[in-house]
Amino acid sequence: MLVTSAPGWPEVKSTFFDWDYFWDSMPEIFYAFKLNVKIFCIAEVFILAFALLLAVLRSLRGPVFFPVRALAIVYTDFFRGVPTILVIAVLGFGAPALQLRGVPTSVVFWGIVALVLVYTAYVSEVYRAGIESVHPSQEAAARSLALSHGQTLLYVIIPQAVRRVIPPLLNDFIGLQKDTALVGFLGAVEAFNQSQIDASATFNYTPFLAAALLFVAITIPLARFTDWLVARDRRRQLAAAR
Amino acid sequence: MLRIEGLHKSFGTNEVLRGIDLVLDEHEVVCMIGASGSGKSTLLRCVNLLEPIDAGRIVLAGDEITARGVDVNRVRRHIGIVFQSFNLFPHMSVLRNVTLGPQKALGIPRARAETEAVDLLSRFGLGDKIREYPDRLSGGQQQRAAIVRALAMHPSLLLLDEVTSALDPELVGEVLAVIRELAEGGMTMLIATHEMSFARDVANRICFLDAGAILEEGPAEQILTDPREPRTQQFLQRVIEAGRLAV
Amino acid sequence: MGLTLLLALVVAGAATVGRTSPPRATAAGAATCKGALDTLNLVNAGRLTIGTDNPAYPPWFGGTPAKSSKWKVSDPTSGKGFESAVAYAVARWIGFHGNDVDWVYTPFNRAFAPGKKAFDFDINQISYSPARAKVVTFSSSYYDVNQSIVVNKGTPIASVHSIAGLRKYKLAAQLGTTSYQYIVNRIKPSSKPSVFPKNDAAVQALKNKQIDGLVVDLPTAFYVTAVQVPNGKILGQFPTQSGGEHFGMVFQKGNSLVNCVNQALASLKKTGQLKRIQQKWLAKVAGAPVLR
Repeated sequence: MLVTSAPGWPEVKSTFFDWDYFWDSMPEIFYAFKLNVKIFCIAEVFILAFALLLAVLRSLRGPVFFPVRALAIVYTDFFRGVPTILVIAVLGFGAPALQLRGVPTSVVFWGIVALVLVYTAYVSEVYRAGIESVHPSQEAAARSLALSHGQTLLYVIIPQAVRRVIPPLLNDFIGLQKDTALVGFLGAVEAFNQSQIDASATFNYTPFLAAALLFVAITIPLARFTDWLVARDRRRQLAAAR
Repeated sequence: MLRIEGLHKSFGTNEVLRGIDLVLDEHEVVCMIGASGSGKSTLLRCVNLLEPIDAGRIVLAGDEITARGVDVNRVRRHIGIVFQSFNLFPHMSVLRNVTLGPQKALGIPRARAETEAVDLLSRFGLGDKIREYPDRLSGGQQQRAAIVRALAMHPSLLLLDEVTSALDPELVGEVLAVIRELAEGGMTMLIATHEMSFARDVANRICFLDAGAILEEGPAEQILTDPREPRTQQFLQRVIEAGRLAV
Repeated sequence: MGLTLLLALVVAGAATVGRTSPPRATAAGAATCKGALDTLNLVNAGRLTIGTDNPAYPPWFGGTPAKSSKWKVSDPTSGKGFESAVAYAVARWIGFHGNDVDWVYTPFNRAFAPGKKAFDFDINQISYSPARAKVVTFSSSYYDVNQSIVVNKGTPIASVHSIAGLRKYKLAAQLGTTSYQYIVNRIKPSSKPSVFPKNDAAVQALKNKQIDGLVVDLPTAFYVTAVQVPNGKILGQFPTQSGGEHFGMVFQKGNSLVNCVNQALASLKKTGQLKRIQQKWLAKVAGAPVLR
């Protein structure tokens, strides 16, 4: 074991893997983790909805919709390009600083808004790929049944598109779960911030490990559930591929 | 019922339909035969407005459906189409596949749509499959379901685009039986097919399409046994050699 | 008689000449390290490397950084500001010249990261605690600190006079400071306090009224209200804890250099120089009411 025979290993071991500190810090970190869960649950609902809307807007055909498509492209390019932490910092501190009446000052609120803005951009691209992957013959069949373009999207295309992109959607969801830690920058005491508090009080890093394990603990069941969903839909997709 | 006049269609620089003229009376069954790439599928797709045309016009029951400002969805309520690759919706049960159009496009209430759908599906031997998803059906069953899906809209014209070409030989028969039944029931149909004996059976007229134009047209028996054009003869000769037509 | 005296003087003189005398043993506290630079355990031989965070804030650091400098707000190399002055005083006592001292940017987290440190010691308002002392070595105190609370003038919290009165407000502290512990253990507010990674974020939140009160050490509170939050005021300071809270320099665990620095600090205290430095840079930092 290259790691354990390294000269610095005893120090690293006591700094990162101290079980006393682990159990000491875990209750508070677990409690703080509920804020992360709250943030990503609320954010994900909005992200899934807005991203789908954005993807549909982007796919509208015809020259009359050019401004809409252009706006959608600018939005996606911008929010995929800017680092998430910057969006959080600018919105979390900038918006309340305007002191406009009725504008919330809650950091959790702006943290969620920032995450929604950023992730909507990524997820809309995922949806778009899904929509474009549905064979055009499906659209042809639906339109031939006198369904309008909107009805075709709603009943035939989007349900299939979404099923196809469940793995990348889940991937982005996991990314979102981890990025909730960035809201700590605004002062909210979520799991990472709490682990930093504990770590800086004791100069020991084991609380970070505790927080990390909590994050991993929620993603694993989600990943298995996704595998099951994908397998179930794959059979049905194969029937249409003829 | 259906009148196609001077239809031209190109994909880019490739002219696929070079001036098609065709008339279909009510209750008539016309079969189109011809080599792949002769334009049969494209013609069908133009009739139900899936493809925009470059020149000419199509008139359905007295209305010019290729005119400007025509409501495409309304037109399609009267035209049913069945595709070679069935194109059933894989994420819906067979029943839902059939009721989707009537419910959403025709506004028929769910209960009635379902009763009618079950009726139709049972008539064509799919009564026990209504809750199944398409991936559980054989090719023949899927194609029959696709035909029922088109029929559920009560179209006045049915287009069939080589509907048996993707099927295993032993499944072809059940689908042809359905079409035969529809013909006997008086459904107006425009059929693109390779099945020559079937065409002879069910068609009032046969058109031979060659390189985007109707080269020859006439009563089924005459075209198949005594074609006038040399190219028609050549085509049929190849088909006989391939064992797909018994003369 | 005269010759013996002369001889004694010469020997005594030889013994006190700085660098040319033979190296002395640096057993803990036994002999003085003053002048014995080559016996010291240093990151860069012959130079003293000190770590601190960036930006460097008054009143801990002063002087305006040059445009080309990486330091923001204040310049540690200026010798101005309380911690800079103390650091240079210690350095000079040991025997370093002013330009033998290097300052290296050390974010708070890196002060206690495992592995070899890039500095000889870190001076950055780091409070001593027994838990922390297991991981790093602290010097003796160079400043005994009191916590205080900064609020916006004219807000409801500004009329509070007791610790109990603070409980219903949204309080905050900076990460890594004992201020957070103070809030949680002594004030015990009903809503969870916020913790900010850096001073600027905390200050912005106070300006935005996203938090009601910011708990910081008293000298920092003076800077916050004087410069960063013009509409802010120091509501009061909290009574000194039993056992007190003090700042110490942070060393790699087991670094014997701490003994030398402690000797320097002891001498500075004894001669009154530390007090003078404190009066010079922290003079204004006294008159805040004590909240109980």
